[in-house]
Amino acid sequence: MRRKEVGYVLLVVVAAFAPLYLSGYELSLLGRFLAFAILALGISLIWGTGGILSLGQGLFFGLGGYALAMHLKLAAAGPGQMPDFMQWSGLAATPWWWEPFRNPAFTLAAVVVLPGAAAMVLAYLVFRRRISGPYFAIITQALVLAAATLIISQQAYTGGFNGLTSFSDVFGFRLTDPHTQLGLYWITLGILAVTFTGLRYLLQSRFGKLLLAIRDGENRVRFLGYNPLPFKVLAFAIAGALAGISGALVTLSIGDISPAMFGVVPSIEMVIWVAVGGRDSLFGAILGTLVVNFGKDWISSAFPSLWLYVVGALFVLVVTAAPRGLVGLVQGNGPVAPLLRRFRVKAATQ
Amino acid sequence: MSESALLWGQLFNGISVASILLLAALGLALSFGLMRVINMAHGEMLMMGGYVAFICTTLFGKGPGLLVGLVVAFVGTALFGALMEITLIRRLYGRPLDTLLATWGVSLVLQQAARSIFGPIGVEVTAPAWLAGSFAIGGSALTGLGIPAVRLFIIVLAALVLGGVTLVIARTRIGLLVRAVHQDRGMADALGADTRRVDLAVFALGTGIAGLAGAALSLISPVTPTVGQSYIVYAFLVVILGGLGSLTGTLLAALVVGLFSATAQIFTSLGFSDVLLLLFVILFIQFRPRGIISQRSRALEEA
Repeated sequence: MRRKEVGYVLLVVVAAFAPLYLSGYELSLLGRFLAFAILALGISLIWGTGGILSLGQGLFFGLGGYALAMHLKLAAAGPGQMPDFMQWSGLAATPWWWEPFRNPAFTLAAVVVLPGAAAMVLAYLVFRRRISGPYFAIITQALVLAAATLIISQQAYTGGFNGLTSFSDVFGFRLTDPHTQLGLYWITLGILAVTFTGLRYLLQSRFGKLLLAIRDGENRVRFLGYNPLPFKVLAFAIAGALAGISGALVTLSIGDISPAMFGVVPSIEMVIWVAVGGRDSLFGAILGTLVVNFGKDWISSAFPSLWLYVVGALFVLVVTAAPRGLVGLVQGNGPVAPLLRRFRVKAATQ
Repeated sequence: MSESALLWGQLFNGISVASILLLAALGLALSFGLMRVINMAHGEMLMMGGYVAFICTTLFGKGPGLLVGLVVAFVGTALFGALMEITLIRRLYGRPLDTLLATWGVSLVLQQAARSIFGPIGVEVTAPAWLAGSFAIGGSALTGLGIPAVRLFIIVLAALVLGGVTLVIARTRIGLLVRAVHQDRGMADALGADTRRVDLAVFALGTGIAGLAGAALSLISPVTPTVGQSYIVYAFLVVILGGLGSLTGTLLAALVVGLFSATAQIFTSLGFSDVLLLLFVILFIQFRPRGIISQRSRALEEA
């Protein structure tokens, strides 16, 4: 194993023992942010490597979250019963498209397949006509806006503005039990580690190289005899599926899902996580997600009105001063890299 | 009110919504067509225009305040746009996605600033007496249909602005430069056109028009820190539908989007009409990926 990989394994081990040295609150935050990082890895794949900027990853995040939340609502209601908010809205029976979500296996599959397939269809329809760049970004943003408006307006079927909340059990485990939350943390960490490793291999494969080539010169790739469409569509579908997994894990961690968690503004905040960490580095995506979210938690509890100023300034600063993010600062020819090199040389000569 | 009067009323609403969208989208289409720059803070120019109208009407009274407000909104947001272009957008030339993110940052800061200054709840601008009434229209089919003067005012304003911009682009020297840079930036540059100043002028004009639209919008809906957000996504859809070739495309697209959402809302809820609109746009670009009216070009890559 190379040095970098030893470092990654060490980080996973340190994170796995986090329950020993973090308080319950800190651990639940870390777990949630690690779940966010799964989505961020997807953004890094499509944006950093593929050059596709999506301002609508919240849509796929929401699809995954709602798919699981529907199962949890049905489980809380009991077999054959209707979820509480539907009774309040005066529905006669559970809608047919809710029924399959009673099945845990179907739900687990839906968490991955539903957002993945939605992303695939969207990407196919848009990229097929060679629409990309800012156009694509705007279309994804409009899509997430429409989805949020739709969910809010269909109160009786979707829980509306308040979303889906007050769950009891997840696959037989009490959600409020500390052991369940601990298990959830380890599962999240495990999925993140597997995703990270998988994407690293993917990026080193032919697929990754072609994706990078498409980013830098789509027409040249075309002239070399490749059709860029399937590569872009597949990358976008992977990112969508990852966003769905992330949404389901976050729904479990917070205990509810609502349009406020996946709308236009959260969706673009997801992009800033990756931009801050470094868009063309998978590790940067995870780092940025943790830094920005812990920063948000700290700033918005200490100075509530300051957060939006900070995010706004972050967007401008990262893009103008450090387009390759935190990772870019220390890597290769970044501004901090010479300092690190000097340090390394010194350490080696001593 | 009869069925057809309701329909005509909704049609009229659609046209007035389209007018606002047209004003909001004009600047976007101009700067996107010329510089390939998407200004995500464009919606906040609407918001600033609205607040300017609010300040002016409270300072100078309803009637004169509104007229002063329209002028100040235009000049003020144009200056702000110029500042943005010089400090930010110019430095990110050729990186459209980064420009998009940076201007989104600006928009967040502006929204939060508005929240700190004016509070999260909207402020109301009341129309002056000469815009308060409505025109009743006689005739058998249309009995009971009243056209609010405010909405008519907005439609007239949009028509005037569109006419003005068309004239400037078709007949003036700066318009000639704009057309030249639009057609072939490199060649215009080589022939001595100051492309940077053309970019600056067009960007400032676009943000100024958005400010004007915001001031007009304040007459029909309260001005809130997020008012720009609610219009900007539709304005972007107008730009996508309209194509980058001509102002006619933008006008047609604004009418399509405005009328589509107005009529769709008769039959279905707001949420569904948004989804339908988006499906329509995605379907439309399957057939005409470059919009209603597109620039003919043999270039493989859009420069």
